[in-house]
Amino acid sequence: MTKRLGTQTVAFTTFPTINGYGAIVGKKEGEGPIGDCFDSVEDDEFLGEATWEKAETRLFEKGLALVLKKAKITSSDVNYVIAGDLLNQCTASAFGARESGIPYLGIYGACSTMAEGLTLAAMITDGGFSENCIAVAGSHFCSAEKQYRFPLEYGGQRPPSSQWTVTGVGATAVGYGGNIYITHATTGKIEDYGITDANNMGAAMAPAFASTVKAHFEDTGRKPSDYDLILSGDLGKIGKGIAAELLENEGYDIRENYNDCGVMIFDCGKQDTHSGGSGCGCSASVLCGYVLPKMQAGEIKNVLFTATGALMSPTTSQQGESILAIAHAVALSTDCNV
Amino acid sequence: MDMSDKEYQSLAEKYYPSSPMAKNVLIAFLVGGAICTLGEIIRQVALSKGLENQDALTITSVVLIFLSVLLTGLDVYDKIAKFAGAGTLVPITGFANAIAAPAIEFKSEGYVLGMGAKMFIIAGPVIVYGTLSAVAAGIIYYFFR
Repeated sequence: MTKRLGTQTVAFTTFPTINGYGAIVGKKEGEGPIGDCFDSVEDDEFLGEATWEKAETRLFEKGLALVLKKAKITSSDVNYVIAGDLLNQCTASAFGARESGIPYLGIYGACSTMAEGLTLAAMITDGGFSENCIAVAGSHFCSAEKQYRFPLEYGGQRPPSSQWTVTGVGATAVGYGGNIYITHATTGKIEDYGITDANNMGAAMAPAFASTVKAHFEDTGRKPSDYDLILSGDLGKIGKGIAAELLENEGYDIRENYNDCGVMIFDCGKQDTHSGGSGCGCSASVLCGYVLPKMQAGEIKNVLFTATGALMSPTTSQQGESILAIAHAVALSTDCNV
Repeated sequence: MDMSDKEYQSLAEKYYPSSPMAKNVLIAFLVGGAICTLGEIIRQVALSKGLENQDALTITSVVLIFLSVLLTGLDVYDKIAKFAGAGTLVPITGFANAIAAPAIEFKSEGYVLGMGAKMFIIAGPVIVYGTLSAVAAGIIYYFFR
C-alpha cells in the first residue's frame, strides 16, 4: 500500500506519536506573551559557559535531557536523534549530542528544522526503523548574530522588517503509544521570488509557506477548517500578512485559525523585536512549549505545523544571490482516524 | 504559485513597514551634534591647558575613542546607538565601536586568528578605502594646488 498522497505529501499508516516534548528558552522569550508555557527559562544567556557557541551546545544538551525525562526513556532506548541548528556545520547539534551516545543525524533547514526533523522522525518510525526517535532544533540569539550579522556590541539600528533570533530549544520524542499522532507530512520545495534583503526574511519565506500549505490541501483533499490551528514557523508580522493574502489568492482563507510562531513568542511592541521571532528555536519552542501541551490537554485537536526556513547564507547574499526559502508541514492530531 | 518575482514583490511591499525617517534624522542630528560638541569642549579644555591646536585635536580624538571603546566594553554603546543611529555611527566614536565590538566578540577564537584578525571585519573597508582616497586626494592636491 502506498503511503504517498499527491506530489509532496506522505500519510503515515502505523500511527507514530509524539511521546514526549519539552522546550527551554532564554530570558527574553520567558518574558514574552507565552513565556509561562515553557519547561524552563535560562536567565543566564551564557548558560554558565564561556562562549556563545558553548552556550548553545549546553541548550541542546539540556533539551535532550529534558525530552528523555519527559518521555520516560533513557538514551539507550533511542535509535536516532535528528538535530539541527543555525550555526555552520550544525555544531550546537553535534556537540549537544556528543555525550548522549545516540546515533545522530544532523540536518539543516534554517528555521524550518523542527518540521524537517519531525517529518524524518515520523518517516523513520513509520518505516519500522525506529522505536524511539528524537527530533530536536534550537538556536541562540547571540551565536546567530555573531555568525550572520554583527558582533553584539556593535552599535547599529535594525530595520523594522528584521526579526529577532529566538534563544531556545524544542525537542520531541517520536515513537508509538502516545496520544498526539503525526498523521501527514508535506515536504516543501525550494522557493525563490528574488528577495535579497537579509533583513526581510518574512517576505522571503511567505511564498514557501503558502506553496507547502497549498500542496498539503491539494494532496490530502483537506481544507483550512479541518484544522483548529494552522501554524507557520516564523514569518513574523510582515510575512504573516503576505502569507494569508497569497493563500487567499489561491482560494484558501486561513485567517480564522492561522497564527505564526514568530508573532506569538514576542510582544513586538514592548520587546523591541520588530517583525517578530525567528531561528530554529522559535517554531521548535512554540511547538513543544505551547502547542503540544494544548493538544495533550485536549484544548486543540488538529494542527498543521508548518515551519518555514530562510536558507540565508552571508556568502551567497554578498554575491548577490537571492534568499531561498523552504517550508515543511506536519499534520498533528489527537485522533488517529482523521 | 503562479506569479513572477515582480508580481510577488509588489504584493509583498504593501506589508513592509517604513522606517521613521524624520524621527531618525532628527535624533541622529541631535546625538551626533552632542558628540561633536563634547569634542569641542575637550579641544577647548586642551587649548586652555596650553596645548597647540594640532595637539589639542589629537587629544580630542584620543579621548573620544577611549570613551567609545569604554562604553562598548561596558555594553552601553550599542544601546545608545540603537537609539541614535547615524548620530553615533558617523563620528569617530562609531569607528572605534566598530573595531572594539568584533575584538570583544571574536576573542573566543584566540588572540591571533580571533581578536587580531577579526577586529577589522567592519572597519577594515573604511581603513582600506580611506587610505586609498587619501592617496588619490594627495596626488590631485600635488598637481593642482
